[in-house]
Amino acid sequence: MKVFNSYIGRPMERVEDLRMVRGRGTYVADVNRPNQLYAVILRSSTAHGIIKSIDSSEALALAGVHHVLTAKDLGNEVPLIPLRLQPLPQLEPFHQPVLADKKVRYVGEPIAVVIAESAAIAEDALERIALEIDPLPAVATRAQAEAKRSVLFEGHGSNVAITWKAFRGDADEAFKTADYVRRETFRVQRHAAMFMEPRGFVAEWDEAAGKLTVWGAAKTAWYNRRTLAAQLGLELEAVDLIEVDVGGGFGSRGEFYPEDYLIPAAARIVGRPVKWTEDRREHIMSANHARDVECDVEFAATRDGRFIGLRGQIWSDIGAYIRTNGSVGPRNVAQYMSGPYCMEHIDLKSSMLTTNKTPCGTYRGPGRYETDFIRERMIDLAAQDLKIDRVELRRRNLVADAQMPYTLASITPYDSSTELDSGDYHAVFDRCLKEFGWEERSKLRGQSIDGYYHGLAIGSFIEGGAAGPKEEVRLVLETDGALSVYMGSSSVGQGLETIMAQIAADAMEIPYEKITILHGSTSYVKDGYGAYHSRSTVMGGSAILLGAEKLKELIQQTAAQRLGCKSEEVVIDGEQASFGGNHIAFAGLSETPLEVEAAFFNKKYTWAYGTQAAHVAVDPGTGHVKVIDVMSVEDVGRMINPLTLHGQAIGSIVQGLGGAFLEHLVYDDEGQLLTGSFADYLMPTASDFPSIRSVTLELKPCPNNPLGAKGAGEGGLIPIGGLMANAVADALSHLNVQPMELPLSPPRIWQLVEEAEAARARA
Amino acid sequence: MQIEFNLNGQAVSADVEPRTTLADCIRNDFGQTGTHLACEHGVCGACTVLVNGEAVRSCLLLAVQVQNDKVVTIEGLSGDELTPLQAAFRKHHALQCGFCTPGFITTAHALLSHEPDADEDRIRDVLSGNLCRCSGYVPIVEAVLEARSSYRDSGSK
Repeated sequence: MKVFNSYIGRPMERVEDLRMVRGRGTYVADVNRPNQLYAVILRSSTAHGIIKSIDSSEALALAGVHHVLTAKDLGNEVPLIPLRLQPLPQLEPFHQPVLADKKVRYVGEPIAVVIAESAAIAEDALERIALEIDPLPAVATRAQAEAKRSVLFEGHGSNVAITWKAFRGDADEAFKTADYVRRETFRVQRHAAMFMEPRGFVAEWDEAAGKLTVWGAAKTAWYNRRTLAAQLGLELEAVDLIEVDVGGGFGSRGEFYPEDYLIPAAARIVGRPVKWTEDRREHIMSANHARDVECDVEFAATRDGRFIGLRGQIWSDIGAYIRTNGSVGPRNVAQYMSGPYCMEHIDLKSSMLTTNKTPCGTYRGPGRYETDFIRERMIDLAAQDLKIDRVELRRRNLVADAQMPYTLASITPYDSSTELDSGDYHAVFDRCLKEFGWEERSKLRGQSIDGYYHGLAIGSFIEGGAAGPKEEVRLVLETDGALSVYMGSSSVGQGLETIMAQIAADAMEIPYEKITILHGSTSYVKDGYGAYHSRSTVMGGSAILLGAEKLKELIQQTAAQRLGCKSEEVVIDGEQASFGGNHIAFAGLSETPLEVEAAFFNKKYTWAYGTQAAHVAVDPGTGHVKVIDVMSVEDVGRMINPLTLHGQAIGSIVQGLGGAFLEHLVYDDEGQLLTGSFADYLMPTASDFPSIRSVTLELKPCPNNPLGAKGAGEGGLIPIGGLMANAVADALSHLNVQPMELPLSPPRIWQLVEEAEAARARA
Repeated sequence: MQIEFNLNGQAVSADVEPRTTLADCIRNDFGQTGTHLACEHGVCGACTVLVNGEAVRSCLLLAVQVQNDKVVTIEGLSGDELTPLQAAFRKHHALQCGFCTPGFITTAHALLSHEPDADEDRIRDVLSGNLCRCSGYVPIVEAVLEARSSYRDSGSK
């Protein structure tokens, strides 16, 4: 009996959970190798300065200390970390050395590595290193960067690393004749992915075999392997990066950091396995920061509320160096500011500023969270000015089904263009209003109940996914009839093993329980890509479909020899190959495993899209905001697992609420990080946001991949900043409070209320 | 220092430095790596274990402080079968990366063992001492609410 499509679309409980809920997962800190040593890293406590001397003699004198690695041990040229994405030559001056060489540029920058018999001894030794740094004036703000209080890279002569330009139509001409123009300044604070499992590595060098093995890979193992092999002067085949269970990524984990070089290099130098696990303080000052954006933007529309254009300047504070994917956020803020709305004329410049702070990289919805805050705030301001209902104003401007595919702004340099692929944006918008109960709740707008003023907001978003160019798989039909699927996709905790098993089970018509998904390690496929840009389901899943076709052909060929027929005459059905009434079961079909390789190539992004509505209540006396309800409706084309997808949506929304209300990496004017612990860096807890709802639709399958799926999982977070700010403004509309900056912390809202009341008293 | 305590039903002993935390002792001396360290300053709750039935943060406790005590980690809560609480976590998709999960399950187990009728507010209040970055907490609370019945049936443990 055919079992087509019996798994895709079902809320399968996860395979991964069976080990994880019993404490049987294996995370990198759980990996141990015989005879291993431990590394800890000396990091700069000075934001900007010249290294005068490093004296390790006292540290080396401590019993159990094996080695102290500094820049001078790394040869004449300290290896630099290349860019994985947008590798423009003009960005080379800003690449980070794996150890600070002569100069330090941020608090947390690695300066030396201590290797000892235990982590405790290594930490003791760290305190004995005598480090002398001559401080230089720090650059911690845009004003300091522009005024050149210091220039981080003297050879470049400026703290502006590069300026991106997003363009479409003729903005200057369009603004000249527009009925309505409003100009505002917005700011989104620095915050970060802050996944729960600290980063770590265990590295082992086998001198006899000339082989390096590194446990702790995540996200982009194959790219990192190429980088590491080149830095160490090893052949690609001499390096394997192994992925074990990964405790969250959200864009930040798994990019090539200094430690990706330092720990393997240390293992090679000392000739014993070396283990390193960061602590939370280290994590906060060393893993990628994100989002730190200011924007001076003009918005133009017609009198009857048709959007015309966006024009302006964005500044992204990228920190002290450019990280592997450091251009993605600054680029996306500019390229995707128009979101799901028609916008004919765009001229947005986005400058990346170097400052003496931890470098930035991508964090879930990179640039999109920031730009949606800016755009959705502008729309509500315009609605107020034009006296058009903000629901109606959005509806008038959403890209219509008939306009698909719809071209977004192009970007330069590292030119790229993209188009919205498909969607019924209006249907999702109306569904959200209905699910949320907009009309009924509207009666509460501006009302004060028990001291809290109530407000609503609505906003739409797009979510790009499925970055190319390809993903690889290797399918192996084992001799016992089980299927092993080796993948270039990687897991950062999103349930990859479950989802891919569902896809493979349907494609091969093999029961889900007989399938094992092996992912993320460089030994599995030749050239994998990994988990980023919401790509695993679309890219890896589509590769499985292609691989399954090839494997079926191989099964037909193999069976045909035994069945005495042509390959194409063999029918595959229910784990057996059949011809003329004779059947051969997959188990025992071949004496050796049957193996095929396949790759899915794709250069077109998928565009999931959605609308969210929110209801908040604000206490003007304290600035406290209660989030009463959030409703998210998103169309993902095709769902593989509704259970995990729903989980992605809810989790993403709550992360977005963290960014909207709580999370802030604060620096002082001298570049000292003031929020280096979970006591200072606040994240959402179970009692903060109890009512979060999400509905996922399958209205418009993606036309560009065989699954019809669109990358999803980031979307929930993307509109949240703008949505919350608009809801707060709505609640406090009697005071005309207009938040232009995140986070919406109690002191900020209280301040806005104070200012609004003072302005009213003056009037 | 020599210490002796009961770990997941077994009498164990170890020679530890006075500065060794209970978390490091459980993980390094006894290889029970289900207890996870995510902040090491007592905020996130990932390292929560049960000491004499109470949920405590093993990163803030020194190993020498559990002399003669009964310590249960995530590994000690179940055999090969999932407990109703663990099964509810799976059913409600209350975990994604799974790193915080042992701490949530031990915390919820301690709560429901003492208060099998805890309401949603009480559950949210108690769980607010643990951080999860993936789930948004909604499914965790659903899982704990559902697991209450099994604690009522079996009586307080």
